[in-house]
Amino acid sequence: MQGKSRINTLLFIHMKKYILDLVVSENIQLNDNYVLLKMTAPTELPDMLPGQFAELEVEGSSKTFLRRPISINFIDKDNNEVWFLIQLVGDGTRHLAAVKRGQTINVILPLGNSFTMPENASERLLLVGGGVGTAPMLFLGEQLSKKGFTPNFLLGARSQNDLLQLNEFTQYGNVFTTTEDGSMGEKGYVTQHSLLSTQTFNKIYTCGPKPMMMAVAKYAKTNNIECEVSLENTMACGFGVCLCCVENTTEGHICVCKEGPVFNIKKLLWQI
Amino acid sequence: MADLNVNIGDLRLKNPVMTASGTFGYGEEFEDFIDVSRIGGIIVKGTTLHKREGNPYPRMAETPAGMLNAVGLQNKGVHYFADHIYPRIKHIDTNIIVNVSGSAIEDYVETAQIINSLDNISAIELNISCPNVKEGGMAFGVTTTGAASVVNAVRKAYDKTLIVKLSPNVTDIAEIARAVEANGADSVSLINTLLGMAIDVERRKPLLSTVTGGLSGPAVKPVALRMVWQVAKAVKIPVIGMGGIMDWKDAIEFILAGASAIQIGTANFIDPTVCVKVEDGINNYLNKHKYQSITDIIGALEI
Repeated sequence: MQGKSRINTLLFIHMKKYILDLVVSENIQLNDNYVLLKMTAPTELPDMLPGQFAELEVEGSSKTFLRRPISINFIDKDNNEVWFLIQLVGDGTRHLAAVKRGQTINVILPLGNSFTMPENASERLLLVGGGVGTAPMLFLGEQLSKKGFTPNFLLGARSQNDLLQLNEFTQYGNVFTTTEDGSMGEKGYVTQHSLLSTQTFNKIYTCGPKPMMMAVAKYAKTNNIECEVSLENTMACGFGVCLCCVENTTEGHICVCKEGPVFNIKKLLWQI
Repeated sequence: MADLNVNIGDLRLKNPVMTASGTFGYGEEFEDFIDVSRIGGIIVKGTTLHKREGNPYPRMAETPAGMLNAVGLQNKGVHYFADHIYPRIKHIDTNIIVNVSGSAIEDYVETAQIINSLDNISAIELNISCPNVKEGGMAFGVTTTGAASVVNAVRKAYDKTLIVKLSPNVTDIAEIARAVEANGADSVSLINTLLGMAIDVERRKPLLSTVTGGLSGPAVKPVALRMVWQVAKAVKIPVIGMGGIMDWKDAIEFILAGASAIQIGTANFIDPTVCVKVEDGINNYLNKHKYQSITDIIGALEI
């Protein structure tokens, strides 16, 4: 039995939300499916936490009615920039990705809760990202590194071409990769990586496709490791009023946009 | 500055802009963005006698110029509202109106009685038109006898302004409006969402857990406007118009068609400041056309 029980609940701190016209300072095409938007503002950007997201307005797309929720990829304080990693999924994200330097996007931020920082400086941390789910892991990794941790990033993709921002990740911790076609790192899924059988961790953070997160959560649960997942349920508003993005939890239906997107797996009702 | 005051029965609104239930939370969620006391009336989330978990996820599908929802009246019940939410919001300096729903007439009545005892709730909007619950909800709103019976019962139990929210999923909405008026409603609001559906062709599955859901947004505006126009001609009580209003121009269309006030719904999701922008736009319109009062243009459509 553990002498001291750990706090598993994520703290809910109200952070003032802003509606801002952000200016595109850089639009970098990373590959055929991903664009990195670096956005700035005339005034100092509000504080944001790793795991939080923004709602980006889409202009000029007749097929797109709602804003698009996009996670905070990185905050570059020196340049007053917030970065968004955009996966080209449909018409809305394609329009977002087509913005040019100097153009503005109307953004609501910061939204949602955040990943919790580890309590103990000796904790060994694993950050698992898949696909566009690697986006919040960069910001989280940088913040952890700033606090003296050495995060271990485990990043998975279909092939080498889809592994994004590896130079950035390398600056903040150890990087391990898997690809489904074996073109880089170990072949297979993140949960098959040898790291998981050769090293032990105290806490896992994950974001990516749901089957991947469920596999990671199962590994964490089996090995009795604290685990936080970031969900991306379909939402309309992003700030807790439409009640569309609910996840069924130990507390009933709660909004992913407001009480999430980050959940401790103990709160979820996943069959793992 | 033109006079923006309008009356809905005994209820006086400082301006005709209201928020549609289920799109504005309890008002507090918008305090970071706007001064919510500027809104003429805040209609809070649909409230039932007992707590409801609502429908399973997924509950939302984006559609051309709109969205489908199948939330299913998720709320913590009227007792929780009265004990925990009401004390937090009662200070807001505008009309706070509770949208009341139920699955049986007795539930509507009991919920209305509890709301009746809350001093700073100035009206209820009776929801007889929610398309996303199995029993009750829309079932009452699609027949004249159903609508009449629930309004009649609630009228006896509730002293303050009684607004009844109508369903567009009927053959003749004017007939329902007349039945509601005859049974003591002070006002009708319309339209609730239109029943619709969407399909994921790759998975051959519906996009909503409930298969069907309620359509809202600009896609429904022409239908809503037509129904407001029909109902405004059919009843003497004030009509509150809604359905796809995105800006002041849409709002003026509804007012010209006969609405004394309007509600903004889905637009709040995209622009949380839209309500105050619409209020400013209405004021500018009245000044530009040299009207002294908003009441000068209610039903002023020239045919």
